[in-house]
Amino acid sequence: MTKRPNEMTIGEAAHALRARSLTVRELWDTCAEAARTRNPELNAYLELFDADEAVIDAAQIRIDTEKEAAPLLCGIPLAIKDNILIEGHIASAASKMLENYRATYDATVIRKLKERGALFVGRTNMDEFAMGSSTEHSAFGPTKNPHDTSRVPGGSSGGSAAAVAAHLCIAALGTDTGGSIRQPAALTGLAGLKPTYGAVSRSGAIALGSSLDQIGPLTKTIEDAHILYEAIRGLDPLDSTTIPDDLYPARSISAKLRIGVPRHLLAENITPDVRAAFDAALAALEKEGHTIVDVELPTSVHALAAYYVIQPAEASANLARYDGVRYGLAKRGETLLDDYLDSRTEGFGSETRRRILLGTFVLSSGYIDAYYRKADAARAVLRREYEKAFEKCDVVAFPTTLSPAFKFGEKGDPVSMYLEDIFTVTANLTGAPAISVPMGTVEREGRRLPVGIHFTAPHQAEHILFAIGNAVESARNA
Amino acid sequence: MATTEEVQKLAALARIRISGSDLEKFTREFDAILAYVGQLEKLDVKVGTDAERPALRNVMRADGSSRSKSDFERDEPHAAGAYTEKLAAQFPSREGDALVVKQIITHD
Repeated sequence: MTKRPNEMTIGEAAHALRARSLTVRELWDTCAEAARTRNPELNAYLELFDADEAVIDAAQIRIDTEKEAAPLLCGIPLAIKDNILIEGHIASAASKMLENYRATYDATVIRKLKERGALFVGRTNMDEFAMGSSTEHSAFGPTKNPHDTSRVPGGSSGGSAAAVAAHLCIAALGTDTGGSIRQPAALTGLAGLKPTYGAVSRSGAIALGSSLDQIGPLTKTIEDAHILYEAIRGLDPLDSTTIPDDLYPARSISAKLRIGVPRHLLAENITPDVRAAFDAALAALEKEGHTIVDVELPTSVHALAAYYVIQPAEASANLARYDGVRYGLAKRGETLLDDYLDSRTEGFGSETRRRILLGTFVLSSGYIDAYYRKADAARAVLRREYEKAFEKCDVVAFPTTLSPAFKFGEKGDPVSMYLEDIFTVTANLTGAPAISVPMGTVEREGRRLPVGIHFTAPHQAEHILFAIGNAVESARNA
Repeated sequence: MATTEEVQKLAALARIRISGSDLEKFTREFDAILAYVGQLEKLDVKVGTDAERPALRNVMRADGSSRSKSDFERDEPHAAGAYTEKLAAQFPSREGDALVVKQIITHD
């Protein structure tokens, strides 16, 4: 095997650790060394953690004694997005507001990973408070795409995506409010899963849009996404929005899947070579015996508008807690009002301020019916349209993004940046699970840039997403 | 069309300061965003009907019963005081376990 340990998948590393061809210490060292070497260029991590000798030793002992029974994540070095709390470590959400905030407890997902013996390489860069699609809105500088460092890695989980794609860890966690796992996964050639709303506890995730947020994996393979998802999911008394396993009716599938394609949504804006890659991916699936069916999702054309009402509304409410009084940046002026104004003005970057203003506007009494309530109603319609579509297909497919990774500064005006999320936001609005899977590359200025195919499944049908993801992987390798 | 005065008013409500040149830029961008999300006007859905009832609702934990019972019986996620020191360590200014804040009521 010529792969260096840090280049392995979770599955490969777990196998090598059990076969004793690799030690936990060697695996950690190669990941940590790669991260130290390449991070100054990529800025994927905001902080690299010191080796935790006790945890590394414990993981090795556990693998040696429990062998095959040891959790697959035991001894596996992971990267964690900077808005997920790890007790004792800074969790800044890439904001000046929380630059020195130290987590007082573990997020539930972190507790679950620690119980399985996973290791943490560091905390990864992101758009401030997870608002953005490029990491250019980080208060600590953008992350670069390992496939072409003149381009963005996507966002907001761009640091996690770059860390996995450049093999500076084995896999990573991100959060997804409107596409923040799936879009960077697509732009860096990874699998990225947004689970069903309520599948994974958000206890200890810094809140952005509470009716939309989910934590999920960014990984090198579908198998790894499955492993990481199984480790973090489940009902949690600390998050009342988590759901029991049988909340939605179980969906069984046959070996051959029915793939719904909303052709009416694909007419405009998709760059021709991305469209060609999408059509080729569908053709390859058809060749393997899966069927393509047309589906109609008419309200989807308004999904992005609905999202950019609901998300800022919830963000403005969630970010009201940062007032300079109890924790976070605390500037002191003449009056208490000055304390609020000075702390929030200095603490928040321009995109965060923009969304707070937008949220304040759409929730104000004169406009709440025209914007917020209308968007909330659209959400229910979207959900119903998808339920209807799933009567005749197992998954709905479209490209994850309109185009491959763009250059820094290319999307300077807010609306063009928001359009990056046009296909991904619907799954957050409906709460359905969705995944981005690599579907090949397109060429820009002599470089091959990855693009992704996006699948949405019915609520709690993540198993269908893994099945279709595996089908795409095997069709591409066939 | 949003005016700079309206954006200034929103900023005041959101407890954010926006200075001169930023204000013009924010107002311009605000207009572009509202023009985009304004397409919702064209969407024909009836707000507030059963069919369009939002699927999500708020869920609250039940209030704890008597403080004299143990934390376990009260179904609390952790023992009282377990995080006091860690949280207080984040205070910008503290006296013991108390958070020091500015006086907001004066006698003059």
